[in-house]
Amino acid sequence: MAYFQRSHFMPWLLLAPQLIIVSVFFFWPAWQAVEQAFYIEDAFGLARHFAGLSNFMAVLSDPAYYSVIWTTVVFSLSVALGAMSIALFLAVLADRVIKGGSTYKTFLIWPYAVAPAVAGVVWLFLFDPSLGLVTALLERLGIEWNHNLNGGQALLLVILASVWKQMSYNFVFFLAGLQAIPKSLLESAAIDGASPMRRFWTITFPLLSPTSFFLLVMNSIYAFFETFGTIDTVTSGGPGSATTTLVYKIYQDGFVGQNLGTSAAQSVLLMVLVGGLTFIQFRFVERRVQY
Amino acid sequence: MQRACLLSTFGTALVLLTTGSAQAATQIDWWHAMGGGLGEKVNDIAADFNARQDDYVVNPVFKGDYTDTMMSAIAAFRAGKAPEIVQIYEVGTATMMHAKGAIIPVYRLMAEESADFDPSAYLPAVTGYYTTPEGKMLSLPFNSSTPVTYVNRDILEKAGVDEVPMTWQGLGKALEKVVDSGAADCGLTTTWPSWVMLENYSARNDIPFASEANGFEGLDARLQFNETAVVDHIQRLAQWQQDGRFAYGGRKDEAAPKFYSGECAMMMGSSASYAGVRDNANFDFGVAPLSYDAEVIESPNNTIIGGASLWVLSGASEAQKKGIAEFFEYLSSPEVQADWHQFTGYLPITTAAAELTRKQGFYEENPGTDVAIEQMTGSAPTENSKGLRLGNMVQIRDVINGALEKIFAGEVGVQQGLDQAAEKGNALLEKFQNANS
Repeated sequence: MAYFQRSHFMPWLLLAPQLIIVSVFFFWPAWQAVEQAFYIEDAFGLARHFAGLSNFMAVLSDPAYYSVIWTTVVFSLSVALGAMSIALFLAVLADRVIKGGSTYKTFLIWPYAVAPAVAGVVWLFLFDPSLGLVTALLERLGIEWNHNLNGGQALLLVILASVWKQMSYNFVFFLAGLQAIPKSLLESAAIDGASPMRRFWTITFPLLSPTSFFLLVMNSIYAFFETFGTIDTVTSGGPGSATTTLVYKIYQDGFVGQNLGTSAAQSVLLMVLVGGLTFIQFRFVERRVQY
Repeated sequence: MQRACLLSTFGTALVLLTTGSAQAATQIDWWHAMGGGLGEKVNDIAADFNARQDDYVVNPVFKGDYTDTMMSAIAAFRAGKAPEIVQIYEVGTATMMHAKGAIIPVYRLMAEESADFDPSAYLPAVTGYYTTPEGKMLSLPFNSSTPVTYVNRDILEKAGVDEVPMTWQGLGKALEKVVDSGAADCGLTTTWPSWVMLENYSARNDIPFASEANGFEGLDARLQFNETAVVDHIQRLAQWQQDGRFAYGGRKDEAAPKFYSGECAMMMGSSASYAGVRDNANFDFGVAPLSYDAEVIESPNNTIIGGASLWVLSGASEAQKKGIAEFFEYLSSPEVQADWHQFTGYLPITTAAAELTRKQGFYEENPGTDVAIEQMTGSAPTENSKGLRLGNMVQIRDVINGALEKIFAGEVGVQQGLDQAAEKGNALLEKFQNANS
């Protein structure tokens, strides 16, 4: 111990592999994005001139950007809350199953092994406006399903696909959390006459709060970034811009549209936004977590 | 990607060994976006060229879809590792041609390297999209298609429609019969709505899509579709969307199942979809020319193309340039073009290839495959039917499709929706103008 405190070299050496990876794969690209955001450049990099804040001004003065932010908020909240509450519900049920428990668990964890793009395609097949199985069922109920034209339905579809995909991840953590709760606590509460609902809300739920908090952070990040593949395969951001989230807009402007400056400005704004959100989560939500 | 690289390196090594001219052969990389069966055909073409001579080896590399291919080529160019030839989709044309230091125009390359390059051998309606206003070819058209109308003859027969009408007015009446008789739930659908219903509607009826000759004559071009007969046309489609004669199906190819399943009696789509329709339609289908508007024009123009062309990137050595010229000559030869045309359904790029295909009896054996070529060569292209040369065109299409979706869903009025689309599109054009002047 004393050796480590005296040496300035050893800790850095041990940290080096991690630091190198983080700087090459995170800090360097992030810095490039920040730099790019202040320039206007043609796609091929033949001419480049300093643009000051004009890329940011262009993004922030575009009313479409605010509707994309709103879509992202609705989408992310629905995905994070939907995926977490369904997973918690299933985890509580699976925790109580005695016979064939591992089979249930395997099936519930399965969707996590599916790539986001594939998950998107599976849901797309089910909901195809002309050929989909679910579409045919809905038609019998008198609901006309066409997510190519109906923005609300399109948003619902990408939320469903994203929730389904993320549910399994949450399920694993909730199940582990549930199994770590001492049985003696629940039993003594039961002896005192507490109903199952009361036991859940006063004992299980508070004791799961560290898990829930961790999952809240992870699910927000998932909803913001990793749902790209699902959105791309299911709706490509349409109809109109009903399912264009912030990340998808960055892709559309930067990759498809070759507008590097404004795209970089958007990713800097997104970086600030998600950083801020994570800060808020740690600052305010974590206070209520009981470790 | 890495595996594709390894494979192609391996393939190259193999070719070098077998030809026994390892020291002489010049390597030419060709990045393309042709997957599946088309990709195999591309490999065959390159392999055949490589086998014919010992001086050059063309290495085709599949890079994903059009967007991926363009992005990889640009990223590679920025890193100084660009391929010599890259396939770029038609909406990327303006971006490529304004990247003056990054490309070698095909007309210049061919003039410098090749003695018997004859620009007049090419179909003007196909090459027009890729030439300067003076008629100089900037890139070599590779796979070009144009919209046609596919019809379900079984449904039309049931509805008592004997002939596919040539005009939108006639089409309206025929589709009314289809829907009223209950022969099908929906009359007409379309793939690629902006391309078919705005860009090609304008070209076919000789009205400008944008100012400055659709952008051919300057970067200050601005969209005009909100001030022309296009507005009435979209109004018509919006009306039809209500009464069942039209059904919007999606921005790309998503509408095709509506036609395959017999839900819609007709589909307007790319001529290159012929093979897909043939394989999926379990009914008697036919191909008809794209309708024109009898209230706007008496005899229709040619339609404009979609697809992709081959661009030569700067950085190619003198030997490579010679090889590219030789390869492009080979690609343009009637035999290669006729084979490609017949196999894929894309248009041939030379008159000779079209004639050869006709002589071989292909059009008689496959009725309907000549509709697209007739439609393209029926008249000389005008300023309005030569094509579009608008920057940020990929995003402009998205904007237009978004507006159409809102119009057909009844969220905005036709004029209002198109005005908004034009305004957003013009902002994109202005941005492109600023970045390139």
